[in-house]
Amino acid sequence: MPDETKSPSQHPPQGDSKPSAEKPAAPATPPKPAAVATPAAKPAAAPPKAPVPTPTPWDSPMIAKLRRTYGSGIEPLTYAGQNYIVVDRSLIPELLYVLRNEEKFDYCVDITAVHYPQREKQFDVIWVLYSFPRNERIRVKAQIADGATLPSSVPVWPAANWLEREVYDMFGIKFEGHPDLKRILLPDGWQGHPLRKDYGILQQDNQWVQINLGIESGQ
Amino acid sequence: MTNQNTLSHVDLETPEKPFLDANELVINMGPQHPATHGVLRVILRLDGEKVLGLECVIGYLHRGVEKIGEHRTYTMFNPYVDRMDYVAAVSNGLGYCETVEKLLNVEAPPRAQHVRVILTELNRIASHQLWLGTHALDIGAITPLFYTFRDREEILKIYEKYCGARLTTHAFRIGGLQYETYAGFEKEVKNFLNFFRPKIDEYEELLTTNRIWLERTKGVGKISAQDCIALGVTGPVLRASGMKWDLRKAQPYACYKNFDFEIPIGQNGDTYDRYLVRMVEMRQSVRIIEQALGALPEGPIMAKVPKVMKPPAGEVYHSIEAPKGELGYFIVSDGSTQPYRVRVRPPSFVNLQALDLMCRGQLVADVIAVIGTLDIVLGEVDR
Amino acid sequence: MREFIQYITSYLGSNQTPGTAGNIFWVVVYVLLVFTGISLGVIAMNWLERKILAHMQVRLGPMRVGPHGLLQPFADALKLLLKEDLIPAEADSVIFWCAPFMVVLAAFTVFVVVPFGPTHAITDMNIGILFMLGVSSLSVLGIVMAGWASNSHYPLIGALRSSAQMVSYEVAMGMAVVSVILMTSLNAVGTGTLSMIGIVQAQLAQHEWFIFKFFPLGLIAFFIFAVAMVAETNRAPFDLAEAESELTAGFHTEYSGFRWSLFFLAEYGAMMAASSIAVTLWLGGWLRPFPNMLAGAGWDQLFSFIPGASFLFLAGLCFYSTARMPKHPYFRIQTIGLAGFGALLGLVGLILFIPPVRAWVQDIFWFSAKVAGFMYLYIWYRGTFPRYRFDQLMKMGWKVLLPMGLGILILTAGVALYQQNLWHP
Repeated sequence: MPDETKSPSQHPPQGDSKPSAEKPAAPATPPKPAAVATPAAKPAAAPPKAPVPTPTPWDSPMIAKLRRTYGSGIEPLTYAGQNYIVVDRSLIPELLYVLRNEEKFDYCVDITAVHYPQREKQFDVIWVLYSFPRNERIRVKAQIADGATLPSSVPVWPAANWLEREVYDMFGIKFEGHPDLKRILLPDGWQGHPLRKDYGILQQDNQWVQINLGIESGQ
Repeated sequence: MTNQNTLSHVDLETPEKPFLDANELVINMGPQHPATHGVLRVILRLDGEKVLGLECVIGYLHRGVEKIGEHRTYTMFNPYVDRMDYVAAVSNGLGYCETVEKLLNVEAPPRAQHVRVILTELNRIASHQLWLGTHALDIGAITPLFYTFRDREEILKIYEKYCGARLTTHAFRIGGLQYETYAGFEKEVKNFLNFFRPKIDEYEELLTTNRIWLERTKGVGKISAQDCIALGVTGPVLRASGMKWDLRKAQPYACYKNFDFEIPIGQNGDTYDRYLVRMVEMRQSVRIIEQALGALPEGPIMAKVPKVMKPPAGEVYHSIEAPKGELGYFIVSDGSTQPYRVRVRPPSFVNLQALDLMCRGQLVADVIAVIGTLDIVLGEVDR
Repeated sequence: MREFIQYITSYLGSNQTPGTAGNIFWVVVYVLLVFTGISLGVIAMNWLERKILAHMQVRLGPMRVGPHGLLQPFADALKLLLKEDLIPAEADSVIFWCAPFMVVLAAFTVFVVVPFGPTHAITDMNIGILFMLGVSSLSVLGIVMAGWASNSHYPLIGALRSSAQMVSYEVAMGMAVVSVILMTSLNAVGTGTLSMIGIVQAQLAQHEWFIFKFFPLGLIAFFIFAVAMVAETNRAPFDLAEAESELTAGFHTEYSGFRWSLFFLAEYGAMMAASSIAVTLWLGGWLRPFPNMLAGAGWDQLFSFIPGASFLFLAGLCFYSTARMPKHPYFRIQTIGLAGFGALLGLVGLILFIPPVRAWVQDIFWFSAKVAGFMYLYIWYRGTFPRYRFDQLMKMGWKVLLPMGLGILILTAGVALYQQNLWHP
């Protein structure tokens, strides 16, 4: 079964790791203030029907406004007609508040994560946001290292409660300030976080199964 | 930082105290309970019959669909999505196929799109019928269940004829449809619509003006539009609270923009309004299917997609209006034949969060009504 | 021996109930007959409820055990008797053991005073109706015992609901009943009576069923009773005590097998008992329709054919179904069974035509037919109505039915006084 053998040692996707590699560690330093925003990016997308489409930068009044405040801490990208912002981890609670209160992204559609074991900052945490007044969707993406924590967005959107619990359950990413951060889908005593790439598809917490179910193995 | 988006009237973090310092009664409802629609477990804290608060324990049906998705090719994962919301399997398939199509940058041909809309709307009717039957059963009216199942059978027969399966249909393929419609498909769907239209009136006759039904549903499980948005609640629940928002209109997918239909909304956001909204939605679905049948174009049913699908590296979030709310798929591709990450944003899971808010201060019997009116499917909550 | 036979035969001449006549032998016979009848009624009701409900819900109901599922109740009874008898470890076993018997006792004792005819009752107490209400409300004790002894949350809540419900509806019920007792004191009979037989005789004497008395007062009182009686017996739409969607099965969640079947028996027994009260008080008990308007030997003769005719009609239905049975070897036994059942019904019908039998069963037939009408109503309610919520149930009992009952009582008293020229406003 070839699909079972897919292991974390496979090549990581390039599309997402690139921006993080280029991004300077300190968000305060403004490397290329406004030049990056539009003209430089256009030619990159210009080749018609390029074999490999890549994310391209996008701009809007909102982004211009955010850029004025946060400088290079945010990187707006678009792919397949969908906009997202890669932001620095340190901006996280603040930017989310700004997006909700000033930009009216009042509906937190989803919070999820992606694991890239090859990268230094192993996790992408993604907020899918939607604005009812603007009828616009946006994704906010932050990269964090394994073991690092993120501020909880439950104060921003109460909807984040169970979504963050699921991210914690599946990836082991802790959210600080979450009212009740515990496992949601898996049982409380379970060891391991199954959606990490190093968690095999046949793997299970044998000890838990033996103690709680009284059987040798769940498989 | 202001906090303008938090819940309006209830502070969910501080527990409520029982009246007169009485002992509170903790009741465990589920996971084996006739009215929790599967394996939902609700831990109720009661003061007599009044609900002080509750906690949902979920995950009894967790199968790791997202993990499975990472280990299957794009095509192989397609049948798995049917097993999430198994009463609306076609909608799940539509969402998944469209998301992968976005990744591949292909679009299904018009005929496929129209057939997709027809089957998805039939599925919405079937899902709402099942909801109506079980919801009424929870409230104590046992008869509507059998009426709705009798009529749902006709839809399942159409599915069976179309693709061989009744429930987990796997009706769509990435890029279009696997099968051309069978001979007489249009006629049968039309017959069903003519058969079904008076049946909605029949359901309504049994319930809409039934005094007991009114007393049991009016003012029960109220939730404001603001709270719905804060909690991410979508679908008929949001619409019943007065928010006119439907993804089919707001961000049209498939070929919904070609069709003329209305979004029903309620005013009070209570169980009765949600009931009415879903009843009207069934009628609107009938309208959509009629238009789609009328405009069903000839042509290919499959776009040009490679046999071995290797979408370019990238990520896409796409969502559709499933019968229960916004059903979203977030797929990350690394350029290989298998998705790097599949994330499903299930409407039931997010909607279920509102249960605590909606049940506070109500009676035990209302908890049942609210669980029913949220229209959750545990296969989708737990995935 | 001779004395004994004489003791037995002496009763036959007397025009009294065996209890009134003080004849122990016939009392025992009547008790056995009544209890067998009730049990048969419960069995029939079991089958009928499933069938009628099924046909209301576009399905067939039991079809496998016997022709048209006729043997299903027996199969179920057998299954329940063979089931393992469970008493939960944490339960209070003595009370747990007693509770079903308590409920059955309460449900069946009521039939001691139910008059199936002027002489067809086990006994005629002068406090008959009081006795009935009193004993039937004892069943709440059994339900509370069951709920408490189960030592589990759902049964406890179910029992609490049930007891609160029964207590509150009994008040309204009592008001409606008292208004009937006021009516008995009018006209020919003169003094009021609590005796069940006396109440029916008062209706005969006043040439009017009490449901039509002082129209619409009698009707409203009947309506109050009809609602309260459904609540009293914990049936839909007032089946909160055993609301399966909320409390799994309410007070009998922890019961299984034989004990559970006792609860079942008691529930249907109580339904019949409550219906018999309603029939006796408002619908003229054993009286045939129009005993005064269509009086005379000819009419008596005609009406006396109805019991046998109705059995023949049922037999005809059976034969019709037999003819429609699929002609397949697999169905041969079922077809024969159905024809046999039809033949049995036909035979019963023919026996009912024999003049002495005909006279004897008249009262019983009309009484049972009226009770059966109520039983159909119970099934109909169950197929139509959603369930009330607890607070709504209480509101209805205390804020609607009780004031209505009180009003009816006062109005009835006023009208009664006015009619007897005892009160001149």
